[in-house]
Amino acid sequence: MPDAPAPLSSDPSSIPLSQLAVGAKATVREFPKLGTAFLRLREMGLLTGTPITLVRAAPLGDPLEIKIRGYHLTLRKSEADHILVSPAA
Amino acid sequence: MALPTHISSGPSASLSRQPVYALVGNPNCGKSTLFNALTGLKQKVGNYPGVTVEKKVGTAYSQHGQPITVIDLPGTYSLAARSPDEAVTRDVLLGRRADTSPPDRILCIVDATNLERNLYLVHQVLDLGRPVILVLNMMDLAARAGLNVRAARLEKELGIPVIACEAVHGRGLIELKLAMSRPDLPLARHAWDIPAAIAPAVGELQASLIAHDRKAPLLARAEALLLLTDQDSVRVAGSSPLSSRTAELLRAWQERWSADGTDWAGTLVSSRYDAIGQIAAEVVLRDGTVGPSASDRIDSVATHPFWGWAVLGTVMTLLFLSIFTLAEVPMNGIDTLIASLADTVKTVMPPGDLRDLITDGAIAGVGGVIIFLPQILILFFFIGLLESTGYMARAAFIMDRLMSRVGLNGKSFIPMLSSYACAIPGIMATRTIEDPKDRLVTILVAPLMSCSARLPVYLLMIAALVPGDRVPLTTKVGIMILMYALGTFGAFFFAWLFKRTLLKGAPPLMIMELPPYRLPRLKDVAQHMVERGWLFVRRAGTVILGISIILWFLSAYPKAPEGTPPTQQLAQSFAGQAGHALEPLIKPIGFDWQIGIGLITSFAAREVFVSTMSVVFNVETTDDDTTPLRQALLAAKWPDGRPLFTPLVCFTLMIFYVFAMQCMSTIAVVKRETNGWKWPIFQTCYMTGTAWILSFVVYQSGRALGF
Repeated sequence: MPDAPAPLSSDPSSIPLSQLAVGAKATVREFPKLGTAFLRLREMGLLTGTPITLVRAAPLGDPLEIKIRGYHLTLRKSEADHILVSPAA
Repeated sequence: MALPTHISSGPSASLSRQPVYALVGNPNCGKSTLFNALTGLKQKVGNYPGVTVEKKVGTAYSQHGQPITVIDLPGTYSLAARSPDEAVTRDVLLGRRADTSPPDRILCIVDATNLERNLYLVHQVLDLGRPVILVLNMMDLAARAGLNVRAARLEKELGIPVIACEAVHGRGLIELKLAMSRPDLPLARHAWDIPAAIAPAVGELQASLIAHDRKAPLLARAEALLLLTDQDSVRVAGSSPLSSRTAELLRAWQERWSADGTDWAGTLVSSRYDAIGQIAAEVVLRDGTVGPSASDRIDSVATHPFWGWAVLGTVMTLLFLSIFTLAEVPMNGIDTLIASLADTVKTVMPPGDLRDLITDGAIAGVGGVIIFLPQILILFFFIGLLESTGYMARAAFIMDRLMSRVGLNGKSFIPMLSSYACAIPGIMATRTIEDPKDRLVTILVAPLMSCSARLPVYLLMIAALVPGDRVPLTTKVGIMILMYALGTFGAFFFAWLFKRTLLKGAPPLMIMELPPYRLPRLKDVAQHMVERGWLFVRRAGTVILGISIILWFLSAYPKAPEGTPPTQQLAQSFAGQAGHALEPLIKPIGFDWQIGIGLITSFAAREVFVSTMSVVFNVETTDDDTTPLRQALLAAKWPDGRPLFTPLVCFTLMIFYVFAMQCMSTIAVVKRETNGWKWPIFQTCYMTGTAWILSFVVYQSGRALGF
């Protein structure tokens, strides 16, 4: 499955999940349609509209740890680059 | 167009015989604890034919003493499988496996602290249209996290029995057993709207599955829904494939949707979560806000940019210290036991070939492997401990970045690290790696990590290498570190190479749950350790016994005349002849036929090299003192009078032992874990080939430099 290109955001306040500050809360805005990784992330409950918190990055900067639906999940930056979120005010 | 969405409302399914239950649930939700609590020690652990996935079947007893069969299926987050383990769960539930008949009833266990994500799997399972009992586990932890999870409400929403439970404390088990022994169970009131965009496809696929794959209507609908989210579906041996008509239909729909931009899989997942969200909102009440949990506080240290490394280093150091110190006592015990067993046989049986076969072949050979059992068991225990506390996931999280450099992910770290003690538990621990290619790469490189059986060889060679009577500690440590570093570097190099060439695949993902830290249940960990240890002994045992007897035969035949000293007997035996035959091959790396015999007998276990050298050079040694052997080695000469064990040869021999595959137990385990002889043969060839080439380079350039 080829890597899906980062979707063009319709919402100017959206940033890639990988650029969210540690400890910040956000809401998922856009998500690539294709790719096993993104399907699995959705099945784990990461969907458009899901509130998330970026808990921390691993000691070497990658992967990232996020909190969704009350539990903690890791994903690599290469995936987080393609997920757009809008930070909570 | 919307399909009628009620699978059923209210009918019940009753059985005349005792039902077979399948236990399913997410990883980390307490499934094994519940399985152990239900079945006790009445478990049968085996393998699904053709795949290396553990099959666990146990017997529970109802309140009236009736036996109930429970199949423990591998944990999964979704029926859309991405690993062989998950594929087995999917295939058993869908009735795709000929070796396991579909269960009559399903026991779904969920973690009450994390209801939404856990209900995703339940939602898929309810589609199957079989009677389901829902076990709401970890109710105590949910209460502590400020969640009021109302079991009665969930029961009303789903229309199936919901049992609140704390499997760790045995609470709720009586209620669960009562529910399990009910002659009839209600079917779920399971209504959810299939998105309109994909409903026609679901209908067509269902019809095709009924017509061409002979599936029951409800199962066909569930499978149709699953096919749409099961992208890059994992197929495993023993599972019946889809009919070509259905596969064609699926492809046609997917092409159509790709063309018009319909996000079919995403829509399906979202609509399930929408339905789940509504249920969860009714069932879970949040009692105000709670501060950071204990897990959050632990993780702020355990995965801290600085302290995270300190914790990881401390845990791993403790692990290795305890392996080497704790294992020593039972290892000595086994050593004595094996020796006295052989002595007993020697006194009881008349002298002769049969007696020698039993004592020197079977007992000595198997004993040489059993002696590593304490280390193997302790390692299994620690791996189980790391898994059940939740630290394993943190170690993978921390190490992922480094492992990704060679194309693996963090989950390969613990198996590779364990291999420093012994490759066998390391290789058996690779089952937690989801991607089959990543798993295979990890198995292939794990034995390059210098295991404890290489230590005696290194120690002997270092002693022979260094002039003078005593070896300075710094030299010893320095050379030792060099050998460990070489093996580690080799493992990473070959992982990188295999991931780029032979086992090329997509870069592995690191989508992993970091479960809350939990106190380990020592009973479960111990049971797991015994299971694993027994599996190793049983499966590898026959191969090890066979090879031990062959090795004994090679060194005992042809028989020399009565009264010949052991050294000459070995020299003229088949092993000795093989050493001579091997000499042209190993002469370029500085070894003669006598060392060749050692290389052959090392196959039993690498440390056997030391005892073989004692026989070859006719010295009596004890394990703790290799001084006489060292002097004998230094006195050994080529026929032309040149010394055999020059420092360069000792060094080359160590390098050979770092890389060569010389362990029959590992080969037996790799054969079992990869389901055939292809990969263990490949592994033996690539490792031993590398060992020869590197030894050649080192020896020849050493010679050229005048060493």
